[in-house]
Amino acid sequence: MVARSVSRFLHGRQGFYLALLLAPPLLWLGTVYLASLFALLAQSFYAIDEFTARVVPELTLKTYRQLVGHPANVDIVLRTVLMAVAVTLASAVIAFPVANYMARHAGPRMKALFYVGVMLPMWTSYLVKVYAWRLLLAKEGIISWALTGLGLQGPLDRLLAVPVVGGPSLASSYIGMFIVFVYMWLPFMILPLAAALERVPQSLLQASADLGARPGQTFRTVVLPLALPGLAAGSIFTFSLTLGDYIIPSVVGAPGYFIGMMVYQQQGTAGNMPLAAAFSIVPIVLIAIYLALARRMGAFDAL
Amino acid sequence: MTDQRKRDASPAIELREASRAFGPVVALDRISLTISPGEFFALLGPSGSGKTTCLRLIAGFDHPDSGQVLLDGVDVTDIPPFERNVNTVFQDYALFPHMNVADNVAYGLRVRGVAAAERRKRALEMLDLVQLESFADRRSTQLSGGQKQRVALARALINQPKVLLLDEPLGALDLKLREEMQTELKSLQQRLGITFVFVTHDQGEALSMANRVAVFNAGRIEQLDTPRALYTRPKTAFVAGFVGSANVVESDLAERLTGRRQAFAIRPELIRIVTNGAPPADHVVTEGVLENILYHGASSRCHVRTGDGAVLAVAQAESGDAAALPAPGTRVRISWPRASAVPLE
Repeated sequence: MVARSVSRFLHGRQGFYLALLLAPPLLWLGTVYLASLFALLAQSFYAIDEFTARVVPELTLKTYRQLVGHPANVDIVLRTVLMAVAVTLASAVIAFPVANYMARHAGPRMKALFYVGVMLPMWTSYLVKVYAWRLLLAKEGIISWALTGLGLQGPLDRLLAVPVVGGPSLASSYIGMFIVFVYMWLPFMILPLAAALERVPQSLLQASADLGARPGQTFRTVVLPLALPGLAAGSIFTFSLTLGDYIIPSVVGAPGYFIGMMVYQQQGTAGNMPLAAAFSIVPIVLIAIYLALARRMGAFDAL
Repeated sequence: MTDQRKRDASPAIELREASRAFGPVVALDRISLTISPGEFFALLGPSGSGKTTCLRLIAGFDHPDSGQVLLDGVDVTDIPPFERNVNTVFQDYALFPHMNVADNVAYGLRVRGVAAAERRKRALEMLDLVQLESFADRRSTQLSGGQKQRVALARALINQPKVLLLDEPLGALDLKLREEMQTELKSLQQRLGITFVFVTHDQGEALSMANRVAVFNAGRIEQLDTPRALYTRPKTAFVAGFVGSANVVESDLAERLTGRRQAFAIRPELIRIVTNGAPPADHVVTEGVLENILYHGASSRCHVRTGDGAVLAVAQAESGDAAALPAPGTRVRISWPRASAVPLE
């Protein structure tokens, strides 16, 4: 009876009904998420008093001068961006054949198997996976043991001897960190890419071949441009997740700092909230630039 | 020299005993087919009859399990589509959504490495041929169905193929546009003089456009003939019923009506309702109850149930006289010229 009168009341009051549905998520997004984000960002325009270590609530660009003026801070930004770019490129290269197989060639059972296979690792705790990788990549770990067994000790040593990215072991080199990053974010590249490839009609590929394009040409001129929205979506995930992560760089890899670690440290142990806020502005600005570039390249035209 | 002469004399397309099965489903069952250069050829049949598979074998999107495909006398059975001198207009047009109209049309030249300026020039010429030159810089997604169809046509013709394949080319267009395009395709084919092969499930389209029609049923060709021969001399009950409408009279009833135990087909428009006087001597006459009348404008379709329980359709041309037809429920006599009944296999 009550349900019926409620239904009757809502019927014909579309606006009210919509408002009722949208109010909770909008409140959450508006106040809890956006407002606190802006509160954080606003702090980047404050600075801390060097003697008292307390935040002075006065608008200043001092923190930003500190961010871009310190070579060490610039290094951190560059290191993070380079890693994010490398991880994104590698994820795209690895994900493409997998997504292509899932979208175009796999039968229904195989496809389901692949989707589960791609998503299954996400059911495991992120921390467990990172620490597991540290063991896998360790000097006495299974990867180096297997490579030695296969007689590939030499190539591994040469790889680790490469300056900057190498190190005493995979677990304590940027190469190892790169491997873990790619492993972690690969599903986020595969899924949107497979979705984009699935939307490319088979007849377009046939039309391309029909008009004389060899498979390589069809890939470059038809498949790749049409998969661009998926690549863009996937790369936004891999790029931004790498930019913001602070756990992987602190568990695996060389001791150099990353943006996420700086944010964590500055707002935690160092208590320099303005600098932490300024550091967290960096990924936001980078992603904005990246999106603008992707848009100019026409990545969203087909949406 | 002999080589050249042999090529000139060889058919544009030839299928030899081509078979194709998808799992347990036999899509094509030992099809042999010869299409001469310059023919406008239709593959006609209901869905699942194998006509599209046949087209795909010629285009190279699919390969026969056994048998051969020859183009211009050359065995291309294992040659991929991008090495065949055949182009296709797809059912869904398959225009590249990320390119404008001119780039779509020029695609065949682009993949052959033709310079951009030359490509553009020739694409505009092709668009001129299909009266769409002012649309060159539109995106393909902004076109109407009929315009897409023309762009697909221009794109398929730019490589100057010897054979143009059309997969249900007019299926997605509305009736008026379809009739327009039929005329246009036919005149285009005559002007270019290349071989057109098109797939359709619409018998009217096949009859009006093609020089010859292959009627497909369950993976086999039921009959391959000119449109007129298909209509006037169908060989099987399937062809009689699929091409135009026909009354198929089974052998038992045929024996009672004509005295000969031979199934035959008779077109509804050849049967007359005898209202007064005796029918001519060379007519077959029978009686039945006029069950209902469907008015179609140019003609009315009457269903007459004979004493044997068979229902015969009779098409009566509109004469302008409302009293020309008896009322439903009355007994009528119907007749048709003995010679116009087509014996069936």
